[in-house]
Amino acid sequence: MSEPMDFLLLVRGTGFDVALTIFVIGVVLRLFEIFSLGRGVNLAEPRGREFGPGMRTILTRNVPDPHTFRRQPLTVVIGYLFHIGLLISLLLFVPHIELFKETFGFGWPGLATPIVDAAAVITIIALLAALWHRASNPVMRRITRAEDWLVWLATFLPMLTGYLAYHRMVDPYPLILGLHLLSVELLLVLFPFTKLMHTFTLFIARWYNGAMNGYRGVQS
Amino acid sequence: MSQATIEKGINAFKEQIDAPVAAFFSSCVSCGMCAEACLFYTETGDPKYTPIHKLEPLRRVWEQEYTLTGKIKKLFGLTEAVTDRMLSEWQELLYDSCTMCARCSMVCPVGNDIAYMVRKAREGMVASGNAPEGVRMASTRAVRIGSPMGVKLTSLQAQIRHIEADTGLTIPIDVEGAEYMALLSSMEIMNFPEYIGGLAKIFAHAGISWTLCSTAFEATNSGIQIGSSDIARELVQRVVDGAERLKVRAVISPECGHAYTAIRWEGPNLVGRRFTFKVIHILELLDQLRASGRIRTEGLERECMTFHDPCSLVRKGGVIESPRNLMNMVTENFVELEEHGKWGWCCGGGGGVSSNEEAAGLRHKAFRRKKEQLEASGADALVTACANCRLVMEEGFEGYRVEMPILGLTELVADHLVTEEGSGEPPEKR
Ligand code: SF4
Ligand code: SF4
Repeated sequence: MSEPMDFLLLVRGTGFDVALTIFVIGVVLRLFEIFSLGRGVNLAEPRGREFGPGMRTILTRNVPDPHTFRRQPLTVVIGYLFHIGLLISLLLFVPHIELFKETFGFGWPGLATPIVDAAAVITIIALLAALWHRASNPVMRRITRAEDWLVWLATFLPMLTGYLAYHRMVDPYPLILGLHLLSVELLLVLFPFTKLMHTFTLFIARWYNGAMNGYRGVQS
Repeated sequence: MSQATIEKGINAFKEQIDAPVAAFFSSCVSCGMCAEACLFYTETGDPKYTPIHKLEPLRRVWEQEYTLTGKIKKLFGLTEAVTDRMLSEWQELLYDSCTMCARCSMVCPVGNDIAYMVRKAREGMVASGNAPEGVRMASTRAVRIGSPMGVKLTSLQAQIRHIEADTGLTIPIDVEGAEYMALLSSMEIMNFPEYIGGLAKIFAHAGISWTLCSTAFEATNSGIQIGSSDIARELVQRVVDGAERLKVRAVISPECGHAYTAIRWEGPNLVGRRFTFKVIHILELLDQLRASGRIRTEGLERECMTFHDPCSLVRKGGVIESPRNLMNMVTENFVELEEHGKWGWCCGGGGGVSSNEEAAGLRHKAFRRKKEQLEASGADALVTACANCRLVMEEGFEGYRVEMPILGLTELVADHLVTEEGSGEPPEKR
């Protein structure tokens, strides 16, 4: 019994601190990498503004254009499902909020556990569907690189281990909880150096797209 | 141009990478949605035409040069270099199968402006000597002769004589102090000279002082299509010099959407300073004249007509409402295509594709998108505002045996002008 417990303590303590440090430094570094490249001043006389249209594009790209949606609904539906499920599982699961409260001193109300449980199941199924879609859709296969599989795995493992831990499906419990934490740490460490970064950079990308088009008077 | 080498190509890629490009590549989740927006993919079903895939060389350079992970990977020999062989393979993807129509840029869920990056990637292709023959020849002609099609001033003057004889109006050249200096595209001069006649009629009607410029009449910019800022700068500079020599208040871009983005949006950035004159698209100007009551029209086309938005005019240029206002001024049965305005589908011939012979077969396939869209609209006639789109669509119709007349919007407006003294013929009803 003592070995799984030691393992849990390690991943909970030092492991987590290390992972979080790498995550924070890495994200800052990556954002610096992007912004330090800068952007030329546009000397053409503007027709529209940059800031507002940029912000709008940040919002509007959450919803696909209906015609494109009809051409490829599966990507959109799967994408929505696992992103929303992921957010619910991460942010509205009471034990997660408790942990956050312990560390930072404040929290927020969570959802009833059966709801989060359902969301987790949906997320796991949607992630499996995403994997299958990536492996079978010719366009995705063409553009998928090793990194995409890695990113999928890094997202899937915390969901899977979290689910197994919550339902006590692995014995001893500290082992699976430790594995859950370890998978989260893996996610944190990989995050800044893979396209998991899109979580942050998509706001920058959308803003630039909206702003550069807005300057010419087009809402993109 | 100095000798092109792969090193120069990679350097050009490096120079082109800015914060937006880095944000775009960092954000791509390989979802493939951009493919669904691109006519070269939708009409062929070939995944190699997925827009973001066309940028793989640029992405590699970005990863290896501007990210920590890429640099480390490179150190351990874990990255694939961008080679001459790769770039020659990518020529088809970056030129033949991309009109820089920017439809993919509207669709990408993470907000990647893919067309913005294609424009940049082409700089590396030129610097490494991987631009297609046809586009290269066109830009050489543009620099040497002053027109991508090799149209000389004498040919323009010959066309002008015909037009003056036809319309009884003078086409002014090199008039110093005119309010507007009109630019043309070679295709208008050679294939659709009625555009120039249309301008003369409208400006006479509205009492506008205008001129052409003998040293800068060509508005298209092959430098931008091929992806050479050096050539592009030289071509823009001619227009700037011409406009400043003639001391005009504004330069009028011809219908051609590409010409418009070249002079209006890229121009000042290429020459590195703000213009001392305004740049206005002909349809914007006509719409202003319409709104202020300076052009008055009579009679409406009865046929069901639709409008093809040149991509560079809408998505990349922002001229979206003006053509609609003008269409409504002269037609009574105007139907929009289902996906129109900023969602319009490309004709398949923009961005240098129409001057690239190697792309002819692919362009024919891709045109099916437009053809089907037009057929679904139920329109009897098609109006557009770009000589290049018009020629590409005429050829496409020929290939698919579609019978649909194509009209230029400016000429259509000119045909409906109220004849002042009531002495002229009333406009012909179709
Ligand atoms: S749509 Fe955007 S995120 Fe998806 S593959 Fe294309 S560029 Fe990447
Ligand atoms: S700009 Fe147009 S042609 Fe080029 S990749 Fe995007 S959708 Fe396709």
